[in-house]
Amino acid sequence: MIQIILQIATVNILIATLGMATPLILGSISGMYSELSGIINLGIEGMMIMGAFGAGIISLATGNPWLGVLFGIFLGGCMGLIHALLCIKFRANQSVVGVGINILAGGIPAVMLQYYWGNPGRTPQVASIKNISIPLLNKIPAIGAVFGDINPLTLIALFIVAGSHLLIYYTPFGLRVRAVGHHPKAVDTSGKNVFFIRYVSVIISGLLAGLGGSYLSVAQLSMFVNEMTAGRGFIALAAMIFGKRTPLGCFGAALLFGFADALQMTLQAVGVPIASDFLLMIPYVLTMIALAGFVGKTVDPVALGKPYVKS
Amino acid sequence: MINKEKQPLYHKFRNSLIQSVGKMADPIIAIIMALLVGSIIIAITGDDVLLAITSLVLGAFGNMRSLGQSFLAATPILFTGLAFAVAYRSGIFNIGAEGQFLVGAIAGAYVGTLFIGLPSYLYITMVLLAGAIFGALWAFLPAILKIKLGVHEVINVIMLNKIALYFTNWLVSSSGPFRMGSTLPATPFVCPSVRFQPIFPNSPMNVGYFIGMVIAYVIYLIMWKTKGGFQMRAVGHNLYAAKFSGIYAERSMVKAFMLSGALAGIGGAMEICSVFGRFYAGFSPGYGFEGIAVSLLGNNHPAGIIISSILFGALKTGAMRMQILAGTNVNLVKVLQALIIFFVASRWSLVKVISNYKEKKRRLKTSDSSLSKEGGNK
Repeated sequence: MIQIILQIATVNILIATLGMATPLILGSISGMYSELSGIINLGIEGMMIMGAFGAGIISLATGNPWLGVLFGIFLGGCMGLIHALLCIKFRANQSVVGVGINILAGGIPAVMLQYYWGNPGRTPQVASIKNISIPLLNKIPAIGAVFGDINPLTLIALFIVAGSHLLIYYTPFGLRVRAVGHHPKAVDTSGKNVFFIRYVSVIISGLLAGLGGSYLSVAQLSMFVNEMTAGRGFIALAAMIFGKRTPLGCFGAALLFGFADALQMTLQAVGVPIASDFLLMIPYVLTMIALAGFVGKTVDPVALGKPYVKS
Repeated sequence: MINKEKQPLYHKFRNSLIQSVGKMADPIIAIIMALLVGSIIIAITGDDVLLAITSLVLGAFGNMRSLGQSFLAATPILFTGLAFAVAYRSGIFNIGAEGQFLVGAIAGAYVGTLFIGLPSYLYITMVLLAGAIFGALWAFLPAILKIKLGVHEVINVIMLNKIALYFTNWLVSSSGPFRMGSTLPATPFVCPSVRFQPIFPNSPMNVGYFIGMVIAYVIYLIMWKTKGGFQMRAVGHNLYAAKFSGIYAERSMVKAFMLSGALAGIGGAMEICSVFGRFYAGFSPGYGFEGIAVSLLGNNHPAGIIISSILFGALKTGAMRMQILAGTNVNLVKVLQALIIFFVASRWSLVKVISNYKEKKRRLKTSDSSLSKEGGNK
């Protein structure tokens, strides 16, 4: 037992945690923007798949993973735009549209891959973004090793967390986003465009989810595989609720789930005598326990899920 | 408003006729729009659009064999669609039919191997009941977490979907208790008396879909003709009004959630009886999510779900043929499903568009005339 713990408790698990957490961080921040503005976004999973697909296919075509990431972000943004149009303009049920986005994203990559590559399941090996070592930071004792082997996209994710915190709490735009989620009428009365703010928030949500998806196909693996997000979008959603829709909260929750994932993988690698299926359940069970036990009542934005009708 | 009262009777009749035809027309238009966008995608990928669409239709309805296949494919999504509809009408968003379906299926498969020699009708009932019970139990957990701790059900059922997947995978894995010596990661085959027999020659079609239709009718009776069903729908329609009128909203929600889970569970057990005869790892290719689309297209009403499930079953069956003949990937069907969801969910309605247009015109006219009147007064 002690031996197993010693095998697990190395700095490698920290590195793995940050790696596994990156798509969750981006996904949960993505969900946060949308939900703060009052639009439920169950489509994060689908937006991430499209991001992963876009990144994979362009990285394959051009050999430049960064162009791939850009295209992945773009595709995610497109899905965000679809979500925004249907939810804001057509006032469709937001959860239903999210499910539709997920189904759509489950179909498009296979159809396009069949056309592009002849194999509907996955792309061949694509160029990927390699981990880097940051000078100075990697000299910090204990956690320095994390910065000695970090993916640039993970670094970007960390900047996005900090940036989002500033944007949401220290800028007029952030205030408006939060206000639109709580009391759209008040925002409207003060002369700001409710619809515009919601559109921007949901599209930002799509862009970030696309970036999170890109990480999967050009950084974590160097190929796109159908349904490679494997429910990460939903875990990101849970992380967002766990983090109470604050950037730092989302970050912490995503790290926790990333840790559960990393732990599960390490345990499998070490070879503990537990069936792998139960290890795979860890993140999901943890989510349920976390939501039931530790979060307490979350305060949803008051106008969450309610389309705004200008009177 | 005053204008309406002055309308002659035939106008009223005409309007109501247009309304009802419009209600029927909207989903059909949604399907046509989806097919249109779908054919654009087919064209982009460089396949023969006409061949693809005809093989899609013929592959679904062309002969008795494919017709039977379509009905077989429609059966599981009929149940998951009903499951979603019951919950949706009761104010719960149950996207956990996937997990409930899996749990129901493995319970059915297990019970199906236990009692050899029971008469067929009794045994099939037992298998379906097992599916219903375990499906309902799987739905009970998120329901109780929702009403006791206020945890939003959507996240929990998504987590339970994954947990159900891994748990059932484990049950039939090499170290799991349900493997019982089969070579694949699957349970052994159920007793022959549990399995449905084809009812027509040259067609795999069996009694499963008809049982589904009966159950859909029962659900209609429960939801629309009983007190409990009324309470569930009242809670779904307006929680606060229902609470004020003295309905135990929490109890009603738990009931609806469990009924929903039971339906998905029966769907899983039915799939054992009707098609596969055993449970294997990764049993459901997303039936739970398809059920949402089916239910929405059918206006979350049992009668509508019967029609839309046949449509979706046909789409899936036809897609196989489409892939073989025209080379378009089966997954195009998912795109079509998503588009149908979008069109239906956005409540885009021909009647509304036309009436809005007329209204606008009328308003413009009246405002013009009033303007000119004002001008005249001056």
